[in-house]
Amino acid sequence: MSLYQYTAHELRDMLRRKEVSAAEITDSVLERIDSLDSVIKAYVTVTAEVAKSMAKAVDAQLAQGSDLPELAGIPMGLKDNLNTKGIRTTCSSKMLENYISPYDSTVYEKLIKSMSPLLGKLNMDEFAMGSSTENSAFFNTANPWDLERVPGGSSGGSAAAVAADEAIFTLGSDTGGSIRQPAAFCGVVGLKPTYGRVSRYGLVAFASSLDQIGPITKDVTDAALVLTAIAGHDPMDSTSVNKEVPDYTKFLKEDVKGLKIGLPKEYFVEGIDPEVKTKVMETVQKLEEAGAEVKEISLPHTDAALATYYIIAPAEASSNLARYDGVRYGYRSETAPDVLTMYKKTRSEGFGPEVKRRIMLGTYALSSGYYDAYYLKAQKVRTLIVQDFQKAFEEVDVIVSSTTPTPAFKMGDKIDDPMSMYLSDMFTLPANMAAIPAISVPCGYTEAGLPVGFQIMGPAFGEGTILHVAYAVEKLTGARERRPKLPEKGGAACE
Amino acid sequence: MSKYETIIGLEVHAELRTKSKLFCDCSTTFGAEPNTQVCPICLGLPGVLPVLNKQAVEYAIEAALALNCEIQPYNKFDRKNYFYPDLPKAYQISQYDLPLARNGYVTIHVDGKTKKIGITRIHLEEEAGKSVHSGDNILGSEYSLEDYNRTGIPLIEIVSEPDMRSPAEAYAYLTTLKNILQYTGVSDCKMEEGSLRCDANISIRPVGSDKFGTKVELKNLNSFRAVQKALEYEEKRQAKLLDRGEKVIQETRHWDESTGRTHSMRSKEEANDYRYFPEPDLVPVVISTEWIEKVRERLPELPEAKWQRFVHEYGLPEYDTELIISNRDMAEFFEATVKLHNDPKTVSNWVMGELTRLLKESGQAITESKVTPEVLARVIKLVDKGTISNTAAKTVLEESFKTGKDPDDIVKEKGLAQISDTAELEKVVAEVIAANPQSVEDFRNGKDRAIGFLVGQVMKATKGRANPKLVNELLRKKLQ
Ligand SMILES: [Zn+2]
Repeated sequence: MSLYQYTAHELRDMLRRKEVSAAEITDSVLERIDSLDSVIKAYVTVTAEVAKSMAKAVDAQLAQGSDLPELAGIPMGLKDNLNTKGIRTTCSSKMLENYISPYDSTVYEKLIKSMSPLLGKLNMDEFAMGSSTENSAFFNTANPWDLERVPGGSSGGSAAAVAADEAIFTLGSDTGGSIRQPAAFCGVVGLKPTYGRVSRYGLVAFASSLDQIGPITKDVTDAALVLTAIAGHDPMDSTSVNKEVPDYTKFLKEDVKGLKIGLPKEYFVEGIDPEVKTKVMETVQKLEEAGAEVKEISLPHTDAALATYYIIAPAEASSNLARYDGVRYGYRSETAPDVLTMYKKTRSEGFGPEVKRRIMLGTYALSSGYYDAYYLKAQKVRTLIVQDFQKAFEEVDVIVSSTTPTPAFKMGDKIDDPMSMYLSDMFTLPANMAAIPAISVPCGYTEAGLPVGFQIMGPAFGEGTILHVAYAVEKLTGARERRPKLPEKGGAACE
Repeated sequence: MSKYETIIGLEVHAELRTKSKLFCDCSTTFGAEPNTQVCPICLGLPGVLPVLNKQAVEYAIEAALALNCEIQPYNKFDRKNYFYPDLPKAYQISQYDLPLARNGYVTIHVDGKTKKIGITRIHLEEEAGKSVHSGDNILGSEYSLEDYNRTGIPLIEIVSEPDMRSPAEAYAYLTTLKNILQYTGVSDCKMEEGSLRCDANISIRPVGSDKFGTKVELKNLNSFRAVQKALEYEEKRQAKLLDRGEKVIQETRHWDESTGRTHSMRSKEEANDYRYFPEPDLVPVVISTEWIEKVRERLPELPEAKWQRFVHEYGLPEYDTELIISNRDMAEFFEATVKLHNDPKTVSNWVMGELTRLLKESGQAITESKVTPEVLARVIKLVDKGTISNTAAKTVLEESFKTGKDPDDIVKEKGLAQISDTAELEKVVAEVIAANPQSVEDFRNGKDRAIGFLVGQVMKATKGRANPKLVNELLRKKLQ
């Protein structure tokens, strides 16, 4: 077994037992990227030197015998909408193709303190808008389980890199499912924390009231480990919550006896792929057999969530993305004779079609005369969705569903049909609307060998509980044991 | 009397005097090299978030209390969206439907009448940057430069009720408002540095009508006088339109100081849709009663309270009062002096006259002056006791202003003490009478004015040291 195949917690233990060096781990993963990424195309930028120098620092500290942070020497990648000082932060957009940030995002700062080597920046749907990573202005990323399929999105690069062992873990961002949906498609673990649990400072904003940063990992233990490292109050983010961060690995246990699990009837409807449904129900049954109490619940405003989301998220995005005007940084159309034309041309040429579609949607929803009918009404419905969940969590500890209605689809299948693309987030976006934590964990595979994701939602700041259930699912289903068959050398597979 | 009534409302923007900006740690010092007081946050770089400066909220509360407003215990920030190169995020963080304060008023005194001008609301917002165009405006320029030092400095916007009925009232409202803000110390209110700005709304209607006419917004008003002049121009322009049976168009008009006219900038149809919505990056601001009371306790005595006291306790004329309270330091200087020499009108004359002249000439503030209330009180006392003449007193004050020397020492050194010795003065009086037979003749022929000339001659001969009262008496005695 090669070093790149291990999980973060395995490598942590091996490092501490001095069976390996941090340099060896980082080199192994960098070689993996070198040999395979021409096929997967997860990375927009590889930062080999940054990673190597951090690994060297870890080894030096290890040699001195000093204590190391948990994630020391565990190489990782960041979605390319997380600011990294001196390194390109492109958001996979022509608009920021050559943009180098002068500051670090808080999560990256925390990972630097944790001495986790940065391998590079990962591909995504442009400005995190999309569900397939096909909206990247640069290239498509392949799903490691079937190279003709999408890895999901918008954190497609982050999920594909972990699935293909091109990173031990990565960070993504989740506005309507952008961590969990690609994690489900790529057969890895993806966690969206409670809104306010992780600082958003340095995350390029898409929809500020919905965005959260979270880990994408090989197993549930790693998710707990990474969340513990990146969570916490940040004075630079007023919406981050001042609440103590527990050691999330302490919540991990197989025993689910007496745990109350809710099955929302609105999540098991027409349109959900029968194979996906079967795998999810089998998992529920396993949990029940292990002693959990399962009961059907109702989240009555589920059908309004998608429509509401597609008002609120684009409205905020239309404002957040207005700053890309060509005046100070990023792409500027050089042929405009005056400032007004420069704005128009810069934004017409710099943004891709999906980003422009959402800016137009959001601008319309906020326009005078429409604000009450759209934005204000959507906010009211959002409150109803929040109340749905609050009521449900009076009865149950967690709510489970499939993460996505279908397994990974083929590239090109939905790119020209925005509505069907939007539907792939129908089970994930309610958690963003309700600001609650949710995790996707693999629970099995379809006949065609595509992973199926199991979603567990918890009450606000119930990350410990959903990690607990996810850990049990991982053990009960054994889905983690199966890995995608990928060539050792990327080039060979293409022939 | 005009057949129209003028209705005026004003929107005033005042920069708050915080050390750092509203949402980041950058300095707010005026006049630094362009783009040296900036950071990722105020430059609106991708991924940054605002963090509210609590001091700015506190200053805004203080201003609101001084303007008799009700503080809203729950208020929030909103985004005002528009594109302009001096606005790095392409939205301004402001307050829309839940402002910091509402329902205040300012008391003004115009032509001996006292009037309350209502304040609709006060809200906090961030300042934009500063554009420098190579041509007249952004569209007509070959290039434009942007300075973001000012971006993000905290501002309060004070919106008045349409309560003013003349440009003179608008002028009085502005000076009073500025005075109140300066008393609290929350703003410098320097129009020349742009830390105080004003837009005006004006409409007219037939006298007796209770319906508002169509209002016009006036911009580019760079001084209080400009506000008054632009409003005067505008009320005439609108009256002419109505007289001719035409309509006033709702629009924004630009005041041109050089031509003394307003001209159309944009009509309502072209107005921006700012697409306001709640700022998701900030949590709502909750202001507790304790916080409000703590700020209230710190408020200084405000100009209106002083006004009432100066007029009623000291019996000062309103003219003197207005002048002295227009500067908090001057008002305090005045009161300190009166405490040492209880003759308010004489003190007021000295403060408004000689002292103000000396301060103006030297460019000093009253707090920097070597003339303290003790010095001024002493000088006035010396005059009172007849030790020095009024003229000599001016010399003493000026010398003390320059050197900081004690008034008694100056009187001694310069030999400025008045000659009140009758024998000594009688000699001079005799000489003057002998030397000016024509004036003596005139006086005896009933021209009382001639005595003034003769007194002047005695004063001249004694280098101003003679006690004029005594000289007058002696002259009259001799000439009878
Ligand atoms: Zn700044």
